[in-house]
Amino acid sequence: MKSRFIINFLLLVVYGNVNGQEMRPSGFTLSSAHLQTGCIFAMLFFLLAAVLVLKKKVSMLQKKRRELQQKGDSKVFRAHMHKLTGKQIETIIKYKAWKKTGRQSSLMLLLSVLITGSANNLTAQPMTEKGELLSQGGIIITIILVLIPIIAAVLLFIVRLNRLITQHKNKLNMQEAAKFAQYLQTLTDEELSETLKKRKTALEYTLANNELSGNEPPEDSKGLLNINQEPGLPIVAIKKKALPRPNIDPALSKLVLWYLGCATFWLLFGTTVGEYVGIKFVAPDIDQSSWLSFGKLRPVHTNSVFWGWASLGMLGLGYYIVPRVSNVKLYSLRLGWYALYCINACVLIGSICLMAGINNGGGEYREYIWPVMLLFGVALGLSLINYIKTIASRTTREIYISNWYMVSAIIFTIIISLAAYIPYWQNGLGETIIQGYYMHQGVGMWFMLFTLGIVYYFLPQQLNKPIYSYSLGVLAFWTQILFYTLIGTHHFVFSSIPWWLQTVAIVGSAGMAIPVIAGTTNFLMTFNGAWYKVKDSYTLPFFLVGTVFYFTGSMQGTAEAFRYTNLLWHFTDFTVAHSHLTMYGIICFFLWACIYAVVPRLTGKEAPQITIGAHFWLALIGMLFYTIPLMYGGTLKGLLWMNGKPFMESVTMMAPYWLWRAIGGSLMWLSHLFFAYNMYKMIARRPETDIRETAIDQLKQNLSTGHTTLYNHL
Amino acid sequence: MEFFDNHKKLFGTAAVMFVTLTLVVAIMPAIHNQNKNKPLAGAVEPGDDVIKGKAVFIANGCVACHTQQVRNVDMDKVWGSRPGIAADYANIRRTDFWRNTATLMGTERTGPDLTNIGNRQPSQDWHLVHLFNPRIVVKESVMPAYPWLFTIKKKISAQDIAVNVPSSYLQDKESKVVANKDAVYLVAYLQYLKQAALPDGKNAPEFLYKQTQKQLPGNGDNTNAVNGKELFAANCQACHQANGEGLPGAFPSLKGSPVVTGDNLQLYIDIIMNGYDANPGYGVMPPVGTNMRFTENEVAAIVNYERNSWGNKGGEITPEEAKKIMEAIQLKISKE
Repeated sequence: MKSRFIINFLLLVVYGNVNGQEMRPSGFTLSSAHLQTGCIFAMLFFLLAAVLVLKKKVSMLQKKRRELQQKGDSKVFRAHMHKLTGKQIETIIKYKAWKKTGRQSSLMLLLSVLITGSANNLTAQPMTEKGELLSQGGIIITIILVLIPIIAAVLLFIVRLNRLITQHKNKLNMQEAAKFAQYLQTLTDEELSETLKKRKTALEYTLANNELSGNEPPEDSKGLLNINQEPGLPIVAIKKKALPRPNIDPALSKLVLWYLGCATFWLLFGTTVGEYVGIKFVAPDIDQSSWLSFGKLRPVHTNSVFWGWASLGMLGLGYYIVPRVSNVKLYSLRLGWYALYCINACVLIGSICLMAGINNGGGEYREYIWPVMLLFGVALGLSLINYIKTIASRTTREIYISNWYMVSAIIFTIIISLAAYIPYWQNGLGETIIQGYYMHQGVGMWFMLFTLGIVYYFLPQQLNKPIYSYSLGVLAFWTQILFYTLIGTHHFVFSSIPWWLQTVAIVGSAGMAIPVIAGTTNFLMTFNGAWYKVKDSYTLPFFLVGTVFYFTGSMQGTAEAFRYTNLLWHFTDFTVAHSHLTMYGIICFFLWACIYAVVPRLTGKEAPQITIGAHFWLALIGMLFYTIPLMYGGTLKGLLWMNGKPFMESVTMMAPYWLWRAIGGSLMWLSHLFFAYNMYKMIARRPETDIRETAIDQLKQNLSTGHTTLYNHL
Repeated sequence: MEFFDNHKKLFGTAAVMFVTLTLVVAIMPAIHNQNKNKPLAGAVEPGDDVIKGKAVFIANGCVACHTQQVRNVDMDKVWGSRPGIAADYANIRRTDFWRNTATLMGTERTGPDLTNIGNRQPSQDWHLVHLFNPRIVVKESVMPAYPWLFTIKKKISAQDIAVNVPSSYLQDKESKVVANKDAVYLVAYLQYLKQAALPDGKNAPEFLYKQTQKQLPGNGDNTNAVNGKELFAANCQACHQANGEGLPGAFPSLKGSPVVTGDNLQLYIDIIMNGYDANPGYGVMPPVGTNMRFTENEVAAIVNYERNSWGNKGGEITPEEAKKIMEAIQLKISKE
């Protein structure tokens, strides 16, 4: 009976009030009775700790005294001898030399100055307060007032006791010092010269700083040093410059740059719309125009950053990576350009359609009608042919893991789009099941899979070391396919789609821990041993943030899929925070990292470090301002709903969190302006003439004209 | 490995794996559900106006904030009398050649769920005012205004559907607001959104995760746990307003109302439970109490709140009295 009670009590402690039936947050409140007992326990604990510390000190003292008595003095002194510093040894040698001249020492006096400890006889007041657990305010105050002097007295007593022990310890030390000084006096001169002098030279040895270089003047014969001649006043830490690389086919460079440039445009466009939509939560009557209405602009925002910014950015980087790791030229530049035209047309027409009210039916990310989305599908098909043909003609034996991820992402996305737009299974609940599948595969199999592929190329490149484990990458690849494909319907938990399908989705979401942990481990272990590179690189911080959010954002997704968290968070702003944590924290940060890594290689120009820094910090801080208030407010909203409060209460409650979202969103948007400026600086033709480059060109010209004149003479 | 060095085998395997899983987890369940589920006998096929209204709903992206699904969890029971079932969506088919099926279940509930809005708020007057600018009737609302669904005129003709907009929301104080066809269609669609009754003898699936009722210490019954003010805010305030004064010309004032403060409790509770449409010049009041399945405790709480707020001074009633009156009204209705 008793054991059963204990078990019940433990269960209550462990699980609190959170069980399936009640679903309420813990009802624990601090009462004055709790406070009183808490105080008394804390005091007792403190006293006990003080007593234990004092006891330990006393026993150490006793041990020391016993050692002094038992151990041979010479043993102790030899230990002391070994611990002497160079300066102390010098004093001893001087003393010995002085003593040789026959004068009597007063060192003894100097060493044996004693500080006498005064005896303390402070008596502690007896601790007999019996806190009656009354919850009356007056009594509590009285008890506190009584306790204050008692506690002060106890504290004083402990401090005094501690000082007494220290004094006693010093007394013992003095005795030992006196003995040691005597011992030093009795030492013979031979012993001195032998042991002490050797010890002194050993202690005082320092490097001359020219052991390796010799006395020759310095010369950087291998071009390793890069000294900034005019440092000026640095505002930001100076980071390493991008390494000049062998030139890439200018035609391919142009294609990649156009992809990235268009992506930047759609980022600016899409997030300007997003920022405006966010402001509408705070000021719903900011405009009353049909084309700028919230419901129409929201899909314009999501679709243009998805299909315009992130997709073009990824494909552009893919066009750089695929020929690189296959060690051949790209199969067809022309197909690449066609794909670019198609996607730009798709997003442009799609955005206009949405604002004009032509909407496929309201399924998220499926708002473009099929003729518009077909353009995107064609672009995917063209890119797939281009990538596969390039890989087929590769000169390397193996297919680098980046290509696994990127090519599979394109194949899967074509399949996803077909499943989403073919009408034969879209009636009634069929539409909902496909919608759940589509929206999540779009995110996970297109953006996440493709971006992982890009990171598998650029992260090792930027760290200048191979990826930590190829096998982990392979494991993550196959498990991602296995689990991610299943999780779509977790957006419709508790809806009328079949219960088993919901359960499969939840299980799949839990399974996602495997590829996520494998991927994160792989990236972090690749960083390992090269952490010092993070601080003098401007691309690696982006990779690091991306990696951190890859873990936290993805695992948050798993947590959100469970049934209880669906009660709390589904339909609230928490979901919006999650999608920004992942699409922004993971995808955008990784893309920026790779763009800052690749564009200087294509153009030979870098962006100013201060604006890259501004981009990084504004984006990071803005995203945190955006997501954390929304997660907090979303949780409060869910709790209000669960407690059956009026709906409008959940709207008014959100107002401050929506304001924070608008502030964070503005910072993010500002960071994109910096990013666009950086892109401009990296791509645009430099108006200033490069003095050194022009001089060399002139020399070359002279050389060629010289050749012709020579030829003419002949 | 040889296998992974062959691009055809590698990408072929990945594609086959993905297609197989897609078939199992998405396409086959989708086909199965679309073929198996049939609409309920009580479900009404949408008329022309409703179909046009739904198109307006889709074009304006209303689904971004309004869900249309009552989940089988207790917290969702304010949105419908029963959890949504597969049959509720069975009569929704492809919109047209260009556009996909729109079940409009939604994933975000920035605004209220609309599954049962046709029962919860059937008043055309209210919807039109609310669409013109939601803040006229719900001060704290963040919903967009839809002025392009209306025309502002100097004079109203006989066919026009006039909207009762307070002059402070108009630039020209003398002008009148008339609903366009799109607004009327949209309201027709919202009025159409009702949960169909289950066939007799079929039990609705249960709401899960039931909230245990709050018990106040030392109080045998739960009267005190029911908060009249919150019930009013959730069910009445949209029309009668937080200050109880309603909206002149659209929704009657409860402040100083003879029905609220008077002695005819049977009429009063009848209106709460079964609605009211006898007051010319005002909109139709829906049967709020029946829709929300008010208990006698809840009815008493609302009555007591209304009778003792905004300067009203009426006597309190007990749940037992409310129960008696509700039973009497029930008897009267069944006799008719």
